[in-house]
Amino acid sequence: MKVVLEHITKRFIDRNKKNKTELVAVSDMCLDIPDGKLIGLLGPSGCGKSTTLNIICGLEKPSSGKIFFGDDDVTDLPPENRGVGMVFQSYALYPHLTVRQNITFPLENLKGDKKLTKQEMNDRALGAAKLVQLDGYMERKPSELSGGQQQRVAIARALVKMPKVLLLDEPLSNLDARLRLQTREELRRIQKETGITTIFVTHDQEEAMSISDLIVVMKKAEVQQVGIPQDVYDDPKNLFVAQFLGTPPINVFAGEIREEKVYLGEDCILDAPGIEDKEVHVGIRPEGFIVDENGPLHCKIRVVEVMGRDTSIVSSHPVAETETIRSIIDSEDRPAATSGTVTFSLRKSKVLLFDMETEERIYPC
Amino acid sequence: MNNNNLKGWLYLLPAIVFLGFFMVYPLVDVFIYSFEEGYNFASQSYSGTGLFNYSFVLHDPYFMQALKNTILMVIITVPLSTGFALLISLALSSIKPLRNAFQTIYFLPYVTNTLAVGLVFMILFKKTPYSDGLANMLISLFGGTSVDFIEGPYWAKMFVFCFYIIWVVLPFKILILTSAIASVNPMYYKAARIDGAGSFTMFKKITLPMISPMIFYLIITGFIGAFKSYSDAVALFGTDLNAAGMNTIVGYVYDMLYGDSGGYPSYASAAAIILFAVVLTITVINLTVSRKRAVY
Ligand SMILES: Nc1ncnc2c1ncn2[C@@H]1O[C@H](COP(=O)(O)OP(=O)(O)OP(=O)(O)O)[C@@H](O)[C@H]1O
Ligand SMILES: [Mg+2]
Repeated sequence: MKVVLEHITKRFIDRNKKNKTELVAVSDMCLDIPDGKLIGLLGPSGCGKSTTLNIICGLEKPSSGKIFFGDDDVTDLPPENRGVGMVFQSYALYPHLTVRQNITFPLENLKGDKKLTKQEMNDRALGAAKLVQLDGYMERKPSELSGGQQQRVAIARALVKMPKVLLLDEPLSNLDARLRLQTREELRRIQKETGITTIFVTHDQEEAMSISDLIVVMKKAEVQQVGIPQDVYDDPKNLFVAQFLGTPPINVFAGEIREEKVYLGEDCILDAPGIEDKEVHVGIRPEGFIVDENGPLHCKIRVVEVMGRDTSIVSSHPVAETETIRSIIDSEDRPAATSGTVTFSLRKSKVLLFDMETEERIYPC
Repeated sequence: MNNNNLKGWLYLLPAIVFLGFFMVYPLVDVFIYSFEEGYNFASQSYSGTGLFNYSFVLHDPYFMQALKNTILMVIITVPLSTGFALLISLALSSIKPLRNAFQTIYFLPYVTNTLAVGLVFMILFKKTPYSDGLANMLISLFGGTSVDFIEGPYWAKMFVFCFYIIWVVLPFKILILTSAIASVNPMYYKAARIDGAGSFTMFKKITLPMISPMIFYLIITGFIGAFKSYSDAVALFGTDLNAAGMNTIVGYVYDMLYGDSGGYPSYASAAAIILFAVVLTITVINLTVSRKRAVY
């Protein structure tokens, strides 16, 4: 099922302040979610991700704008009639019901000709439990399960009625690193198997990049960029998106353009044809550095960290906007000294220029 | 007994002494009294031991009347008051505007003196030379014949009595249940709505199981409290409850000790022990049932 958001805006009354002000949680959001894809909704805390999900599932009504499931306008449809499945950040499993009862709960509410017999419900529940590999735990209470198992019960409960749309609100945030990896692979597998249009909220960019067909990057209630993960990474629209994606994050310098050349302090690192003289943010991805004695960029080494295949050089530069800059290079190229100066040449495609004021990208354009 | 254990008992000592002195000792004492025939306060003497006191009490028509009144009242008021409290709490929880105002109104009887409430009930129900009471005015408005609720037929008096008890215990139960309902995580309702549950399903499958421990608590304490009621009857029917036929077990005990026919501590003790046995039995049954039924 295709999901379309048309100019969705959501305002809340801000009760914290004495003179009630309005708080815009989602601002004029337009989004086209293709059928059967997994979308990663990504952004820092408080940017409106959960609010967006709540609007899609119907728990919140948008202040303005329209939502379509396929060709149907569902803007005024209450959540119980939208037929979506949702996994909450805190799972919201009913603590007094067993795993089986939790999973059959959505089926018991089906009405009319969709009504199922007890036997059918149990079969469907078992099927869903098998999908998440929990069929051996049907008679347990949620409190008798591990965090990861509870997580999977929540997914089974969301899947059991075969929803048209599956919404996941930071479903992996309570899991430890290993389980997180494992569950996210599982989620991806289940989504591929069932072909359910899925929206996955996270503030972990790595998670979003690794399993999404498309990612949507949000900042302060506004969508910054939508695209295939690699495209958004390579081709960020602005400094925020560039900084938000990638670990370790992009290194940012306060640079300057003089006579169509990019200067970092005294180091002239790049030609920038067609751009007038001005100050710019220069972003360089960690993998954009090459150790090269004759290179243009001179940095002071702080630490050299060897991490198996790669080596990470932590160094500093006078015009860097952060205290240290981090570059990742092949271990063979590692500089002999672990102190002193290191010179880099740069991979041209990994250098991005952003306007000083608007922070929009100006190079490459 | 190791050192730590000893320390534990030592810490508990003041509480044990206090409880023992003021609770266990009197209970044992009453138990002993109840087997001593013809005990006399003044001379501290008695004429023999045995079950005569129990036999007397159980054959005393006043006691049987009190027992019947009490049990009838308990059976009527506990389920009704708990049910009403649940309904009112649900209604309170589902309205937003004026909730606090309503909560205050419902709580007022709790902070009002029993006797003052009794006075109000008099005005509502009592027949005087000047008026038939508000209740009778309503009855005649709908074409019924007026009834004397305070000095009239047994069922009318029982009705007023139960009405009064329910009225008095309702605020506390509402208070407990509204806070129990409010403490259910709204996340569950959100999840249930997305799973297509209607409001009745949500009540049956989420609210009720989640507040069931509180409901059982209210039923158990409700039984105990109702069995011990006395001042409520006095507030409505005056101090001569035997004559009014509206005595309660505790009222009977009091009368046996201090009433006009008083001065019979042995009979009073026997009656008190019977009450204790009844309350204990019901509480044990309640606890067993609630252990089986309560969900967590
Ligand atoms: N019911 C509400 N009333 C008022 N303000 C709200 C309400 N719900 C959310 N907000 C505000 O809207 C903004 C967006 O909240 P939202 O929950 O969508 O953030 P989020 O992106 O999910 O963040 P997180 O990653 O921390 O979960 C926040 O500033 C929040 O304070
Ligand atoms: Mg959130």
